[in-house]
Amino acid sequence: MSAATATPPVGAASVPAVRRRPGIATVYRWELTKLRYQKRTYLGLGASVLVPIIFAVAIHFHHDRHRGDFAFSAYLSRSGLAMPLVILLFGAVWMFPLITALVAGDIFASEDHNGTLKTVLTRSLERHELFVGKALVASTYGIVAILLDGTVAVIAGSIQSGFNSLQSLSGTIVSAPKALELVYVSLLVYLIPIAAIVCIGLLLSALTRNSAAAVVGTLMISLLIQLIGILPGLQGAQPYLLSTQFNAWQGLLRTPIDWSPIIRAAWVCALYGLPSLIAAFLVFLRRDVAGG
Amino acid sequence: MTPVPIEVRGLVKCYGDLIAVDHVDLTVEAGDVYGYLGPNGAGKTTSLRMMLGLIRPTEGSVRLFGRDPQQTVEALQGVAGFVEAPTFYPYMTGRRNLELLAAYDGADAGKRIDRSLEAVELSRRAGDRVGGYSHGMRQRLGIAAALLRDPSLLLLDEPATGLDPAGMRDMRLLIRRLADEGMTVLLSSHLLGEVEELCNRVAIVRSGRIVYEGTIAALARGAGTMYRLATSDDAVARRVCDAQAGVGEVRTEHGKLTFSSNEASVGALSRALIEAGVLIHEMAPMTVTLEDLFFSLTEGDDPQPEPSSREPAEVVG
Repeated sequence: MSAATATPPVGAASVPAVRRRPGIATVYRWELTKLRYQKRTYLGLGASVLVPIIFAVAIHFHHDRHRGDFAFSAYLSRSGLAMPLVILLFGAVWMFPLITALVAGDIFASEDHNGTLKTVLTRSLERHELFVGKALVASTYGIVAILLDGTVAVIAGSIQSGFNSLQSLSGTIVSAPKALELVYVSLLVYLIPIAAIVCIGLLLSALTRNSAAAVVGTLMISLLIQLIGILPGLQGAQPYLLSTQFNAWQGLLRTPIDWSPIIRAAWVCALYGLPSLIAAFLVFLRRDVAGG
Repeated sequence: MTPVPIEVRGLVKCYGDLIAVDHVDLTVEAGDVYGYLGPNGAGKTTSLRMMLGLIRPTEGSVRLFGRDPQQTVEALQGVAGFVEAPTFYPYMTGRRNLELLAAYDGADAGKRIDRSLEAVELSRRAGDRVGGYSHGMRQRLGIAAALLRDPSLLLLDEPATGLDPAGMRDMRLLIRRLADEGMTVLLSSHLLGEVEELCNRVAIVRSGRIVYEGTIAALARGAGTMYRLATSDDAVARRVCDAQAGVGEVRTEHGKLTFSSNEASVGALSRALIEAGVLIHEMAPMTVTLEDLFFSLTEGDDPQPEPSSREPAEVVG
């Protein structure tokens, strides 16, 4: 180690001047960069890509078995545009909550695991900037996973079953271009409960400081909420469960469009997400960085 | 008036019933290489974390160049360092880690990456993932990361811990060089040689409390000088010593008498011994090392040092 080449310091007696500081955009950019280096990133995105492909292959070999068990299942072999919608239905159980939790549950806890929180918090970043940057990246990951899955499903479904018109839940026929538009709007509506899952993941990540606990915990909360919905005597709670909001997009596939489940999803998810987000923010802002 | 680099007043940190840091006061002046010395678990790292705004004090205040690190990260402008071992993202290369930290520093920190890597001789390994770095390489990368901030004040927590002898020597040379260039350094350590070699001022902390703050020389003076005495008749010499004003702590160690005294009293003692018919074979001051002083201040039941071992003007805790 050569001391002679060390950077000359500022004069010892001088008070360091306040200089241009980084902000949320810097954190966002670098958190995205960090995701590129982590295996879990590709695990989630890989699942988003592979599941529609596996679906398409399964339909190709066993299309006779998919007949009207659930919404749009009867159309899987008639229109490729049914596939993203069917995957949205199935994915709500655990796949999309898990993919979302892979990053949201890890994003603060991994800093504790690596002991790097003290490293970044002794630079020129305020804690709230780091929090917001990380929260935005966790949300971005959820958005990318859903849109990627939907796009691959549209392509794979169209290759398998054709880019054909779709029958809506009201029985009307929707042209293929219009159906494509509705598929993408459905994906966007699907992001509402995904945002709530992100917030829960962030809270558990900040609270537990343990990546595995936060990821599994987020998934468990999602599954427990679904369980409440099927318990006898608790059907009245169904419209207010987070799991129910994963079906809000179905309102778009009715004629005329039924906005009520989408509006309800917005405020119900806010009730789940906002307190979690605020709690995560306060925990992160106030916590002592005694380990990491 | 220019604010001092570090001013800590009445700093307390409690974890439940445990008092990790107990009313610490210290002032680090510009240009100081300040040793924060204490045994493991004395509260050094906790104090440093509070100085860097990583944990909130239960009581008291920290000012870095007059700014409060608990209020704003602006207080860390011109301040760099690390607590415990420096940590990085193991899945990224050394250079990529520095690029991230430079981005989080803002200004022109990115332009200093190459020079910082050269300063710690990591340029050739900068393209390797940090996960494969040795402990010593991570310590050096920690220094490089600190240099990115072009600091006026460097806070280092046990920077030589875990390094091999050559690494420790290089680390000391680098710190010495940075200090010579005008950087103020706060160095937490339990390595007495490191502190004695590098620091002009020290604070010795025990059980969360500072038991001494000041220069090492003043500490040695305050400790009182011990003398070793060999004579033709130690039994008589001991009686003379016991009766002599200004001479205390008379003991027999390894066949020789030892006592504490000062120069004036030693002269009078010599005369008294000769008058008593005792021949003096040897009477010499015993060297008091920082290690002796450290153990005298940090061991035993009483967290407060013996009054005779303290320089009143220098003592804080």
